Amino acid sequence: MSLDTRTVRRIAKLARIGIDDAEAEGLARELGGILGWVEQLDEVEIAGVPPMIGTGLAAPRAREDVVTDGTVTGGACREAVLSNAPDRVEAFFTVPKVVE
Amino acid sequence: MAGMTLASARKALEARKISAVELVEAHIGAVDSLDGQLNAFITTSFDRARAAARAADERIAKGEAGLLEGLPLGIKDLFCTEGVRTTAASNILRDFVPPYESTVTANLLKQGAVFLGKLNLDEFAMGSTNLTSAFGGVTNPWRREGSDAKLVPGGSSGGSAAAVAAGLVLGATGTDTGGSIRQPAAYCGVAGVKPTYGRCSRFGVIAFASSLDQAGPMARTLEDCALMLEAMAGFDPKDSTSVDRPVPRYTEALERGVRGLKVGIPKEYRVDGMPPEIDALWEQGIAWLREAGAEPVEVSLPHTKYGLPTYYIAALAEASSNLARYDGVRFGARVPGASLDALYEATRREGFGEEVRRRILMGTYVLSSGYYDAYYLRAQKVRTRIQHDFLAAFEKVDVLLTPTAPSAAFAWDEKPDDPVQVYLNDVFTVPASLAGAPALSLPAGLDRQGLPLGLQLIGRYFDEETLFAAGRVMEKAAGFTHRPAIVAEGLA
Amino acid sequence: MSYVIEGRTGAWEIVVGLEVHAQVISNAKLFSGASAAYGGEPNTHVSLIDAGFPGMLPVLNHECVAQAVRTGLGLNATIHLESRFDRKNYFYADLPQGYQISQFAHPIVGEGKVLIDLADGGQREIGITRLHLEQDAGKSMHDQDPTRSFIDLNRAGVALMEIVSEPDIRSPEEAGAYLRKLRQILRYIGTCDGNMEEGSMRADVNVSVRKAGEAYRTRCEIKNVNSIRFVMQAIEVEAARQVEIWESGGVVDQETRLFDSARGETRSLRTKEDAHDYRYFPDPDLLPLVISRDWVEALKAALPELPEAKRLRLEAEYGVSRYESGVLTAEQAVADFYEEVAKASDPKLAVNWMLGDFFAALNRTGKSIDESPVSAAGLSELLALIKDATINGKIAKDVLEAMVETGESAAEIVERKGLRQVTDTGAIEGAIRDILAANADKVAEYKSGKEKLFGFFVGQTMKAMKGKGNPAMVNDLLARLLAE
Repeated sequence: MSLDTRTVRRIAKLARIGIDDAEAEGLARELGGILGWVEQLDEVEIAGVPPMIGTGLAAPRAREDVVTDGTVTGGACREAVLSNAPDRVEAFFTVPKVVE
Repeated sequence: MAGMTLASARKALEARKISAVELVEAHIGAVDSLDGQLNAFITTSFDRARAAARAADERIAKGEAGLLEGLPLGIKDLFCTEGVRTTAASNILRDFVPPYESTVTANLLKQGAVFLGKLNLDEFAMGSTNLTSAFGGVTNPWRREGSDAKLVPGGSSGGSAAAVAAGLVLGATGTDTGGSIRQPAAYCGVAGVKPTYGRCSRFGVIAFASSLDQAGPMARTLEDCALMLEAMAGFDPKDSTSVDRPVPRYTEALERGVRGLKVGIPKEYRVDGMPPEIDALWEQGIAWLREAGAEPVEVSLPHTKYGLPTYYIAALAEASSNLARYDGVRFGARVPGASLDALYEATRREGFGEEVRRRILMGTYVLSSGYYDAYYLRAQKVRTRIQHDFLAAFEKVDVLLTPTAPSAAFAWDEKPDDPVQVYLNDVFTVPASLAGAPALSLPAGLDRQGLPLGLQLIGRYFDEETLFAAGRVMEKAAGFTHRPAIVAEGLA
Repeated sequence: MSYVIEGRTGAWEIVVGLEVHAQVISNAKLFSGASAAYGGEPNTHVSLIDAGFPGMLPVLNHECVAQAVRTGLGLNATIHLESRFDRKNYFYADLPQGYQISQFAHPIVGEGKVLIDLADGGQREIGITRLHLEQDAGKSMHDQDPTRSFIDLNRAGVALMEIVSEPDIRSPEEAGAYLRKLRQILRYIGTCDGNMEEGSMRADVNVSVRKAGEAYRTRCEIKNVNSIRFVMQAIEVEAARQVEIWESGGVVDQETRLFDSARGETRSLRTKEDAHDYRYFPDPDLLPLVISRDWVEALKAALPELPEAKRLRLEAEYGVSRYESGVLTAEQAVADFYEEVAKASDPKLAVNWMLGDFFAALNRTGKSIDESPVSAAGLSELLALIKDATINGKIAKDVLEAMVETGESAAEIVERKGLRQVTDTGAIEGAIRDILAANADKVAEYKSGKEKLFGFFVGQTMKAMKGKGNPAMVNDLLARLLAE
């Protein structure tokens, strides 16, 4: 299994991780190597086997429809939510202007 | 204070032979003098620790001591701690101060534990060497005989293992996704327990792979691990995968013995190229259990060899999604960009280290259109088969015994360049993680270079008690009293 | 019916399917304990879970599941006892986790159907493909700063139901009827307030065109249309655009478009379809959602009467017409109001008055039925006064107007203004004789055959009696006296 650099770029774009040309080549090689290695799973008979979704040990559970979090008046919780923001204006997070 | 353990320190505090303040100061001194060599701590919180120690002494005086009152612990820097920087050993969270406390650390605090600080790890727990940390690698306190080569502590909970081994803390929290508690425990000659998936809450633990991540204790003895796990474990309504069942008194299971217990020896774990010393130690472990009245039985876990590739697909797919939230918008480091995408791409390129970026890309690939069935879905089906292997084995036996890792700790500069070769360190630990089964590692002997080796026990779902009982039998038989080259005199 | 676009090459049929995002009525969000209420200061209805903080985990809100099941039952749909939450992975400024939790592969509700009412009185069945639960995203504001967009996460994590229709819709009118019917059902059940202005109901519109008998051609998706009128307009202009492309030898690209209501056109969002790769996979933080048959049955038993059933019952029970039942059941509150009035007075009188003067009064005052200045009991009292001949219909209109204005009861107004109808034969006869005497020329004309003048005499008499004469008696007596 080998990966071309075009695919690596597409994946990097999807994952929003910037890469340069040299990196793309190295990554194509490394990821290709890992993919080659995982191909041994093709040997396993999986017909009729369900995918594992959890261990099945926890009982299904849901919360009551009660407001227990966040604040309606803006107070401690809003500050907690905003306290680590790398850039904020008043009570907003910010990003570079998105043109729609 | 020679050979101190959590349990012995607890007794000493109870008997008022020592105060919590003295105990904590002694450990702070050890961190100050030794951590320059180890780099086990990313962040220390000594002021908080001192205040907590004084409060602990007051509670002890009033007879209100919790299970871990006044005992100094280290916290893997993957557990969010309110008001104390939490980094996941990543640049992207270099300055992140959570306004919340993880359930596991909250449980420990409730029992009076004193946190000395946040321990180093592989970035986002992705690695088995602790060399991928953005805060520098951790040095294993052990040395090969006659060598000064810096060895890796294993990973990802390498800072936890090193700090416990060197006596900087009496115990530490770890997290285990594919072996991240057990493998570093083995490399550093300490005990570590990965409980059943769902036993410890994942709330507030920075996620690597949600379906595999599980917190657990690391300490110098199994008794200490049992004490810590009693405090850490428990149902948490804030984690949908948490299991609602009572937490047993693990310490009471320790001396239960193994008479009549059937111990499975999975034949697929006898892999090619395993060092003869590890084979020999495994045989020794079987003999110890047999002598104590257990019955060794050979069992088969036919899909063992598929564990690692299955693990990497499942874990990396989940990781690629779990790490999408580190985008430089609401918290964490931001690298400016002219557009939103440019900001994302620069932030995530700079913020994540090489191994994390590689794993995110790999996980993105296996989930991407056209590949989902071939990789992710197939891996989850193989995972079902691996789980069934364990369920079938546990119809015949009560516990499984295997080596923890295929080698002893290796030197920093011996880390293979090929990522797949690095992944092979987890070959024995990954299958139990995939099945969600509980497992522990205990130090059982030294290799011919004088490095510790571990044995692993794997148990039935929620049967940590049998693990502790069988482990305790081997712990006593092994009489592992070796100490590493770098150690706080009198504390470990 | 049959809506077609007459192109240069012949008639084109349009094919429309709607994906409606309906905000679930609940106190808290789908996976967190933060408030789901609309509005609020920026970033105040936000928990650390909604903001995607490290180590935060979702726990499902039970009521949101119940709301989805109720809605599914209201759409005559299959309820799946086991469903699952997947992660839909993409990056956007207002998507904190980097993924939306949604039910992609295994939705909670499967196929169902909705009966829509057409303008000609006919009905059509529109198939429902599925309904699933998912998280809403936050809000980006682009106009507050020259270089930055601002992010408010109050909406992030609020529960939405995505209701997907089959491509059964064949005209803008049907699309409008479908949305109105859907909104009506949701409001009846109380699972979504259907308020499109506040964005609690939005539609993605899939439009394609084809010649009769053809297979489907390429469709375009018009995103996030926020009113029924705009949906209808968007379909119309988009279908025309596609016809124009096909007829001039071009090819319609499958793409996402936006409806620009100011310009009355759709335009491409210029996103490459292959740039999206959502990498769905089951959310490992959540267990499969398993519900019991018994619970579904209990929810079903507790459902209110739905619009179509109510309509049929009103027709059978009160003898209202098909048209009238449609108007009366458009809103549950109207139907309730009607039933109260019908029971207390007369069903026929009640429907006439509600659809006539009563609705006119509501319109005039800009009030909804819930805020009506006249209660159901008040209207019943007025109708009772008509029925027992205390007042006549003409006077009753004035009384209703006074009720709306003053809030007084009908009886109070009638007494205060002395509006009781006059049924004293002598008084009526006296009034008629005065009118006839004063209009001898018209009487002569009438007698020479100009019978139309009868109405003139009635009018004059009623006027003289300030509208209070009993109309039947006035008619009888007038006929007799003119014949003298």
